[in-house]
Amino acid sequence: MPTLTPIEPDFAIEEFLHAEQQKDLLRFSTAGSVDDGKSTLIGRLLYDSRNVYEDQVRAVTGKTIAPGAKAPAIDFAQLTDGLRAEREQGITIDVAYRFFSTQRRKFIIADTPGHEQYTRNMATGASTADLAIILIDARKGILTQSRRHSYIASLLGIRHLVAAVNKMDLVDFSEDVYNTIVSDLHTLLGQLNPDGNAPSLVTIPVSALDGDNVVEPSTRTPWYSGPTLLQHLEEVPVWTEEATAPFRLPVQRVIRPDQHYRGFAGQIAAGTIHRGDTIVALPSGRTSRVASITTFDGDLEKASAPLSIALTMEDELDISRGDVISIAAHPPQHATALEASVVWFDATRLETHRPYLLKHGTQTLPARVTRVLHRTNIQTLTDEAVNSLGMNDIGVVEIESTRSLFFDPYAENRASGSFILIDPQTNATAAAGMIRRSLGTATAIHTPTHKAALLSVHTPEQATTLEAALLAENFAVVRTKLQSQPILRSLLSLGLLVILEGIPTEHTTVGLELHTLEADPQSPNAVAAFLNHLRAVHILPAQKGIEEQQS
Amino acid sequence: MPTLAPPDIAALPASRLSHLQLLEAESIQIFREVASEFQKPVMLYSIGKDSSVMLRLAQKAFYPGPIPFPLLHVDTGYKFNEMISFRDNLAKELNLDLRVWRNEQALADGANPVALGTQRCCGLLKTTALLDGLRNYGFDAAFGGARRDEEKSRAKERIFSFRDKAGQWDPKNQRPELWNLYNARIAPGESIRVFPLSNWTELDIWHYILLENIPIVPLYFAKEREMIVRGDSLIPVEQSFVKSLPGEVQWIKSRLRSLGCSPCTGAIRSDADTIPKIIAELVSFRSSERANRVIDHDQDGSMEIKKREGYF
Repeated sequence: MPTLTPIEPDFAIEEFLHAEQQKDLLRFSTAGSVDDGKSTLIGRLLYDSRNVYEDQVRAVTGKTIAPGAKAPAIDFAQLTDGLRAEREQGITIDVAYRFFSTQRRKFIIADTPGHEQYTRNMATGASTADLAIILIDARKGILTQSRRHSYIASLLGIRHLVAAVNKMDLVDFSEDVYNTIVSDLHTLLGQLNPDGNAPSLVTIPVSALDGDNVVEPSTRTPWYSGPTLLQHLEEVPVWTEEATAPFRLPVQRVIRPDQHYRGFAGQIAAGTIHRGDTIVALPSGRTSRVASITTFDGDLEKASAPLSIALTMEDELDISRGDVISIAAHPPQHATALEASVVWFDATRLETHRPYLLKHGTQTLPARVTRVLHRTNIQTLTDEAVNSLGMNDIGVVEIESTRSLFFDPYAENRASGSFILIDPQTNATAAAGMIRRSLGTATAIHTPTHKAALLSVHTPEQATTLEAALLAENFAVVRTKLQSQPILRSLLSLGLLVILEGIPTEHTTVGLELHTLEADPQSPNAVAAFLNHLRAVHILPAQKGIEEQQS
Repeated sequence: MPTLAPPDIAALPASRLSHLQLLEAESIQIFREVASEFQKPVMLYSIGKDSSVMLRLAQKAFYPGPIPFPLLHVDTGYKFNEMISFRDNLAKELNLDLRVWRNEQALADGANPVALGTQRCCGLLKTTALLDGLRNYGFDAAFGGARRDEEKSRAKERIFSFRDKAGQWDPKNQRPELWNLYNARIAPGESIRVFPLSNWTELDIWHYILLENIPIVPLYFAKEREMIVRGDSLIPVEQSFVKSLPGEVQWIKSRLRSLGCSPCTGAIRSDADTIPKIIAELVSFRSSERANRVIDHDQDGSMEIKKREGYF
């Protein structure tokens, strides 16, 4: 249709653009199959919120007028139905992404199939969603499919669930039917989250076919006073969580156009960073302070997840792709042995002790599944003892990687708690994983919050006092009398505070930065003054009390 | 009615990111991931508005460094002259490593949409040229500006879209793609098409062009242009093999909504000569953007067929 509708003369484009610029984004997932009205619901949502073009509507409007109807029926389901193979089979096979917006928000729908053999597609859609719509047929109550979708949504860490109790027109908009389903749903969510960490649940009685409570409030549910589906989608808060967690930046790339600039680029996985914050680079454990937060649009004073930025450091740190930059005060956990939930994707079954490639953040490393603890039966929600997992199975496994992973449990942080497994032979994405916990003895390692430094102390008494003072603050300290530069260098490269006892020879310390405790051996405050000096030159972090107030 | 109530902007939390900031951050992450994981990536540059946005995002991703991969323009030979001069000026100005690839053999044999029909013409000058170009340089990953809101089969495309040794897409066998963890592993000869604008809509693209002041080809802006007026269609007068009947050629204030080959891209009557006016037109417009492209409507599901064969 090449001819335009004339622009309305009173259309205020400046106002429109200003409002447009303020819109945030909500990603939600839906799951369901052809007969439960999912496509109809999405089609209705798009149509009633005026997000469908005329040519698209024309393409799905019937040619004939049904008896008693005023116009040919619009097949809402067809608005969102995609691939040719799916049209032929009448099912939705893959995740399809849909877009629409209202005056308040932009929405991305990950529209996924509901059958069990498409569990992997449901997990894919749920992985990036802030909210999931669980569809329930009012005539049938909670069936396996709704149960499965609720389970996967909980597993993938979706914080907001909306149960759309659909086909209310076929149960005469009965409040009793609705209340029974709502009560069953709360019971189900309690079962799915025995630790009490259940996502929020909102239930809405709808008729996708007729439009009741989808966009417009229905006059046929006078007993329901809650929001319509769209109203809820517009108002649910989504932006609060990521920015307040401890800062994590998986390093994607080192940007180094010349010798004057060295930026560590990545997308902030969690938290907020300020210029001047003390960070720790992992796995090296070296600390420094953020010198600048670089973007094409100018340096920033602070940046929050999920912005893509580059950081420069005050010190020359050896950081490369795959490393994690964390706020020094709250480093992530680390482990080589992990317990994780996995969703198995591949047609080839999981084999324990076979090497897979594990991609976590920006690093990929060899890993093995050492044990399958159990598989969850999604029909009954019970755990079954098995030795392996097949396609679309969900289970809990133990994994060992060849190097340490720096992670947060998935329940605390989706970005630093998730991974995928790749089959190194076929390159297929074999599984998705969500880290539950470390299987090492120490779950939280001691990550140095100080910089490596060589501390020269002349007398054994002073060395003992200094060592005790540093150990009391949990710093990693080593004390030596060996006047050997290679040994001192390797100790420093481990990120340690090295106390060198005795008078250092020039041969030993050439090229090394030396901090000497040169005080009257009788002075009781010599060590305290030395510690203050080390804080002043940022080898030691500011004192704990101050730091906690800041963070 | 909840949807029509504009939000109270002052009441929103300041730390919240807008949807464009979120989309930008996501796209930059994709650019950096591809540049780090592949041996020889390339950005397919079509000169259109989506390519212009893609180019700006690539600049942002590697700032203050240069874009660490070349750009490839698959030139059918029937692009508008204004597009080609825009391309060449931009490449010079931004110091881009721009490569151009054409199916010279097919053009020498006289391939054009009138002689061959649009399907065969696109097959030779776009799909074959693209696959040959990628193979010739040995590119293992290619960025494309396609968006999921454009067309039904694109709604299902992954961000990292795997292509076999023949460059073909198998919609039934796509790799699951979770979070922002992309599987970049391929065997020799295989490749990945990467779509960093997957989650952008047409309105997002225009709004970003406005906010970022991104240069675009002047054909997008309305002015008096010489057109063959045929029924509802406006066909730009550019190629001699597109014949007009007496009285069909007129000067019409018009513009292009999407840039393709001149014989197959219809113009629209429009007064929109600034980006805000284009956006105003877009939001009051009732038909989707590819509706003016002849090629998508040849046959039911034609885009899906082209994609399976290797088209973007």
